[in-house]
Amino acid sequence: MTDRLSIGVARSAAPAIPQDILALVSIPLIGAIGFVLFPDDLAFLTRLISLTLLVLSLDLVTGYCGVATLGHSAIFGVSAYAVGNACVAGLTDPIALLIVGAVSGAAAGLASGALVARFVGLPQLVLSIAIGQLTAALANKLSSLTGGSDGLSGIEPGRVFGVFAFDLYGRTGYIFSVAVLTIVFVILRRLVNSPFGLLCKAMKDDSLRARMIGARIYPRLVIMYGFSGIVAGIGGAIMAINTGVVGLDSVSFEQSAEALVMLVVGGAGTLWGGLFGSVAFQLFQHYVSAANPFHWLIMLGALLIAIVLFAPRGLAVLAGSLAQRTARLVWRRS
Amino acid sequence: MTELLQLKAITKSFGGLRVSYDISFNLRDGDRVALIGPNGAGKTTLVNIISGDLTPSSGTIFLNGEDVTHLSIPGRVGAGLVRTFQVTRLFSSLTVAQNVAIAVMQKRGLTKRLFSNPMNDTDVRREWEEILGLLGIAHLAELQVANLAYGQQRLLDLAIGLALEPKVLLLDEPAAGVPSDESPKIIEAINRLPPHIAVLMIEHDMDLVFRFAQRVLVLANGRLIFEGTPAEVTGNPEVRRAYLGKYEDVRRAS
Repeated sequence: MTDRLSIGVARSAAPAIPQDILALVSIPLIGAIGFVLFPDDLAFLTRLISLTLLVLSLDLVTGYCGVATLGHSAIFGVSAYAVGNACVAGLTDPIALLIVGAVSGAAAGLASGALVARFVGLPQLVLSIAIGQLTAALANKLSSLTGGSDGLSGIEPGRVFGVFAFDLYGRTGYIFSVAVLTIVFVILRRLVNSPFGLLCKAMKDDSLRARMIGARIYPRLVIMYGFSGIVAGIGGAIMAINTGVVGLDSVSFEQSAEALVMLVVGGAGTLWGGLFGSVAFQLFQHYVSAANPFHWLIMLGALLIAIVLFAPRGLAVLAGSLAQRTARLVWRRS
Repeated sequence: MTELLQLKAITKSFGGLRVSYDISFNLRDGDRVALIGPNGAGKTTLVNIISGDLTPSSGTIFLNGEDVTHLSIPGRVGAGLVRTFQVTRLFSSLTVAQNVAIAVMQKRGLTKRLFSNPMNDTDVRREWEEILGLLGIAHLAELQVANLAYGQQRLLDLAIGLALEPKVLLLDEPAAGVPSDESPKIIEAINRLPPHIAVLMIEHDMDLVFRFAQRVLVLANGRLIFEGTPAEVTGNPEVRRAYLGKYEDVRRAS
């Protein structure tokens, strides 16, 4: 029953496709379409995937647990720097670097979660910003580890499985990233629909009621922050591996804020929403800014206002309900 | 006979304002007790103190002989002290079945599971189906909470409480806000609760109190002024003055 993007009652609906299978098919398929249609834009699409992982990571804490944060980039950036340093130091296997990203992300996530989850509402939001700014300031100062404002460069990953080398056009990197995103997405779907994930949703709905069924809120939020950190860390690793440079923008406040906007545009609280919002927002940003470099920000602003007005629960929820309605119509006719 | 829940000289002040004075009473296995009193008498405050939402200024609460006065809310739930709310508090993004299932799983310590599908666990499923059946809302299992009528939401609130296998169940006006023709359904559901549970119910509606309670506690201005059977309560002049009196005056005047 959770295996549907159900809005309200899902009675007499068309038979639903199991969403894990849908994800396993659709993400690589859309990835392949991107590969064929935009062979010159693979670097951009790879960056899009790394930020999508950041948005999914944010969805875990914001969409599923209701934590207000504008400092999530800190986790992403810390992991990217960790991966960059590991690679420069000689650990070049891409899978090993992903693990470095995941582990450092988990550590950063648990640390910031342990602080942020102590508070609720505005203090929580302000604390998350403070953590983000502190991390950005440290990244700027610790130039021996981060390269400061020049960025950390010279990241040259080895071959994937010792076979596929990262090429100039970014083909290997792109395929590698699509594969990682698909796997992470399917695992996250299991996580958010597990008893643990269900209780997180319950805590978001009404935290006092959740305590009144015997749940301890704080440790759960910290654990979820750890998982969120793993995903953000993998995102940071993907970015570091593929661009070869980690700059201060990867820990920036702007990136945290943009990730939140992408999540809200797509629909917080569903993984599809995070995925959809991230892809739609970045494609729009990329192509509209190229087509009209002077007015694209105005267009972006207008689009965001329109989405908030007409699809306040996000594009994915809107798309889901439209698809369901259409499917029901077709189902009835046949 | 051992006391299940004991309150000893509970007092609560907010700043200089005293809302509960020296309240003591006991609940035993299978008790059905109504807590009545005029608005502002401190009934909900008392339930909040017992459930752990508020800490009393002085006094002690014992559950099964153990001092739980300073135990956390989850700790009390684990010990079998469960409440429902005057205004329903449900998990609005979950289905009816999930609302109860999550409580069942929390009780059994299964919510640490990270990658299994919670709705496929047959033991858990049997339990939530049984509870929804007991309260007569099994047919609503697949609905989202937002699509329930208010009376059904109240029953779901009760179902979540039951799923936690309470020893003591505190019901804060379980029929509040429910259309009067539906409130008997709520009481019927409450009367079907497992007999060994001790139930303390706040209620305004004397008809419902008579249909439910073996014993009635009357609270007025933060003090426990009377304890007795429903029949004794209506005959007691002090209770009439504090609680029923003004309505009688109205009737006489009209």
